[in-house]
Amino acid sequence: MSHWIVQSLNLFASLMLILAFAMLSQRRILSLIHLFTLQGLTVVCATATVAYATGRHELYFSAALTFTLKVLLIPYLLHRLIQRLKVQWDVETLINIPTLMLIGIVLVVIAFNLAAPVAQLSASIARGTLGIALACVLLSFMMMITRSKAVPQVIGFLAMENALFFAATSATYGMPMMVELGIALDVLVGMLILGVFLFQIREQFDSLDIHHLERLKED
Amino acid sequence: MNPFGLLAQSFAVLLALTLAPLLKGWIDMWRAWLGNRSAPGLLQPYRVLHKLFHKESVLADTASPLFRLAPYAVFGCVLLACAIVPTLSTDLPFAPAADAIALVGLLALARVFMALAAMDIGTAFGSLGARREMLVGFLAEPALLIVLFNASLITGSTSLASIVETLAHQQFAIHPSLAFAGIAFALVSLAENARIPVDNPATHLELTMIHEALLLEYSGRHLALMEWAASLKLFAYAGIGLALFFPWGIAQAQSPAAMLAALPLLGLKLAIGGLALALVETLSAKMRLFRVPEFLATAFLLAVLGLLVHSLLGD
Repeated sequence: MSHWIVQSLNLFASLMLILAFAMLSQRRILSLIHLFTLQGLTVVCATATVAYATGRHELYFSAALTFTLKVLLIPYLLHRLIQRLKVQWDVETLINIPTLMLIGIVLVVIAFNLAAPVAQLSASIARGTLGIALACVLLSFMMMITRSKAVPQVIGFLAMENALFFAATSATYGMPMMVELGIALDVLVGMLILGVFLFQIREQFDSLDIHHLERLKED
Repeated sequence: MNPFGLLAQSFAVLLALTLAPLLKGWIDMWRAWLGNRSAPGLLQPYRVLHKLFHKESVLADTASPLFRLAPYAVFGCVLLACAIVPTLSTDLPFAPAADAIALVGLLALARVFMALAAMDIGTAFGSLGARREMLVGFLAEPALLIVLFNASLITGSTSLASIVETLAHQQFAIHPSLAFAGIAFALVSLAENARIPVDNPATHLELTMIHEALLLEYSGRHLALMEWAASLKLFAYAGIGLALFFPWGIAQAQSPAAMLAALPLLGLKLAIGGLALALVETLSAKMRLFRVPEFLATAFLLAVLGLLVHSLLGD
């Protein structure tokens, strides 16, 4: 029985990693949002599985919270955002994509090695997936760094939060409920503020390329 | 070598020879339907083969013996590849002769012959197609090898027959590394079989064609052999994919009844696989040639990730 649960958790963890790489190599913003939604759904499934395996009811609540927030509400907001900003088209990355993927592999190796000693201290059933969660955090972080446009950076930020949540679930059966509620609210508010911020950037510079922000003086 | 094994082996080869054009016809039919066109019959590839075998084969003045040899060599390589991929039974006497690495080598040998023959005549299209084919090939082969190594790591063997035997008859288990390998394999097989995101099998547009440019100078029985080899290659890839990722139902050694039972299951799996391929081809657009290295690099890296995940999560 627990054999099955560990295996399905491993499968969800692998899906997270596949989705992180898919997001890293995706140029189209619309597809990025779809991938982000799928990633949220994977986190929900993983959390629900851990909740079922350990019998902790508060994890069901956090799964439900994640579902409404990251599978329904935030993707909806993002869809509206890109419709109003009219930015569904392709966005080139700063480094070309095969190089990006190679760096990604190196990050994965580093994350696996970093997490191996930590995971041995944990008593959770999903401790093997800690390395994958850490790799997903690093990959989302790299996605944020390597995009020049603002909307993919926002999506990278949200994906990083997803990965952190997954890490917390796999290492310690989730954070305390208060912390989780706080983070959920923070992400939502952050999302809204970033949305407003994007409109401001576009109004000022007629573009969403954040390179314009590096110039302090008008010339 | 037992008589049953010999029977199973020859049955598998015959099955590959007869089913491969049918698979192609099935895919073409669904592609036409999904594209809102009326479809050619399911048996159209057989009719084409029949027609081509009865036509005279025209050779260019500049053709060397290599050009005439190539169709037979390609056909032989691909048929041997089909013979060592277990589709119905894992009891194949040929299987110990060539493991997964040799299988990739056989397919590479067929590719080399095709490319050489295309360059042999000296027309511009031939060498253009040959170069493109080698570009796709040298990126796809390592990815395919790593996909096969993923399965070898789980089962501890590089022989396809014993990989399938272990995967199909052990207690059911989810291997996350096979999820990575599966996606990588799907990408590789699209590229290797000249399918739509990489190459369009139905086009003769000089700017985009890869596979068709290689066959441009062939006619008659030579063309028939090349076409048949192409559909056999698709069948071999379908066989590898089903063997690694959906191995249930393949018969074990020494059981003719199980082999007969495996036949309708194989047909069902191929039908679903062909439909999925037609769907992928209809839904995606052909990409620029210079995006192909990116596409195949993704496949390679996913396969490597599979190995890494296997080493992290273990069994």
